[in-house]
Amino acid sequence: MEKELKKTALYEACVKAGAKMIDFHGWLLPVQYEGIIAEHKAVRENAGMFDVSHMGQVFFEGPDAYKFLQSVATNNFKLEEGRGAYAHVLNDKGGIIDDIIAFCLTPEKFLVVVNSATRQKDYNWFKQKAEGRNVKVIDASDDFSMLALQGPKALDYLEELDKNIKELKRFHIKEVDLFGQSAYITRTGYTGEDGVEIMGSHAQINKLFEWCLAHGFKACGLGARDVLRLEAGYLLSGSDMDERRNPYEASCGWVVKLNKEEDFTAKKIMAEVKANGVKQKLTGFVLTAPGIAREGCAIFKDGKQIGSLTSATFSPLFKAIGCGYVPADLQEGESVEIEIRGRKVAAKAVKMPFYKNKV
Amino acid sequence: MYEQENCKFAKTHEWAFNENGVAVVGISDHAQHEISDIVFVELPKKGAQVKAGQQCCVIESVKSASDIFSPVSGEIVEVNEALSSDAALVNREPHAGGWIFKVKMSDAKELDNLLTFEDYKKTL
Repeated sequence: MEKELKKTALYEACVKAGAKMIDFHGWLLPVQYEGIIAEHKAVRENAGMFDVSHMGQVFFEGPDAYKFLQSVATNNFKLEEGRGAYAHVLNDKGGIIDDIIAFCLTPEKFLVVVNSATRQKDYNWFKQKAEGRNVKVIDASDDFSMLALQGPKALDYLEELDKNIKELKRFHIKEVDLFGQSAYITRTGYTGEDGVEIMGSHAQINKLFEWCLAHGFKACGLGARDVLRLEAGYLLSGSDMDERRNPYEASCGWVVKLNKEEDFTAKKIMAEVKANGVKQKLTGFVLTAPGIAREGCAIFKDGKQIGSLTSATFSPLFKAIGCGYVPADLQEGESVEIEIRGRKVAAKAVKMPFYKNKV
Repeated sequence: MYEQENCKFAKTHEWAFNENGVAVVGISDHAQHEISDIVFVELPKKGAQVKAGQQCCVIESVKSASDIFSPVSGEIVEVNEALSSDAALVNREPHAGGWIFKVKMSDAKELDNLLTFEDYKKTL
């Protein structure tokens, strides 16, 4: 029996705009419209928009909201109102449950944006950890639609809707009036380009989708999004990291703030991991011979398998790229081989991100 | 160059065009459209023996790899080297410059097992 796939509130609008749909962790989402290469180019050079309504919005509310967030996330959320930060949520052993971005709306109210595939798990975890504390954990995901508007020209176009949009600083959030209703705008993204993400009611974001189509934005799918995020060195929760990996192995040690006052889940373990170093580390690779590597391809060094790719794709900018966990002593620039359908193809280790823009 | 009407089609979307006992092989316009954004073609080896229906080549798009099956049996006598530097030729000219390989057929009657363009269209 075919399982029922969930549709976002923008489903009809996406189909009308020419989307080809796929099953993404139980959601029917656009994989592409015109084509991944054209959509990638639009985001790198102009502006693209993505329906990311499958992502989750969880609120932490109450007198202990701040302390609670500090205790379940690795980064330091001692932030002024309107500011956000990226962090990992760890299990008791230090494995990565998910990565999140949390924003301080008021000292007693935080908005936590979580990944769709881990949304339920995150929520259950938060609920469990919130027991006996003066904080409410509210999963408001079903009330929100969300559009990611990304690219060097994205803010230029959006100025027509909100003339102050460029004043919103990177990793900040603001509540605005959009088509007569309140919405959240955050200056964040998953593409390596400047841009914003806008969360609002389903009707409102549907309206925004139409507005953007008519004002310079190209509708883009998950295919382009995956290429853009890998080029920009953003990890995919569930693929590039999961509960078997800790932030240091995931090359994200910077999101673990051991020096913050509060205790947080697995803080002690993280301190030990940091002190002892890791055996394996997520490392980037670029193929140096023709071929396209894919997720799951084995990585060889001197004839011996040292790991496998957790993400990999063709990249319009770098031909064929990927990343995977390999021994931490593998140095940047070292040659390896990646096995594609039984054929070993030359590649080299590189520092991530592959692509860096001044965002 | 290899007009659709003059080609025979496999259900797996490859076409074959008979050039005096040598079958020129490519993929249909429908297939190139479905695969979209072709970025790499892993060509078969010249001199290799292939059987009809045998996987012998892989076409990669940005997101996925698609197996290509030889529609006829015989020896691979030529591969389209132009695809090494410009794989998107398969998207732009699926029935011309985007041909993939040529098979010296061991049994040209195998072409009769393939679909005419009219019949192929009905399968889509």
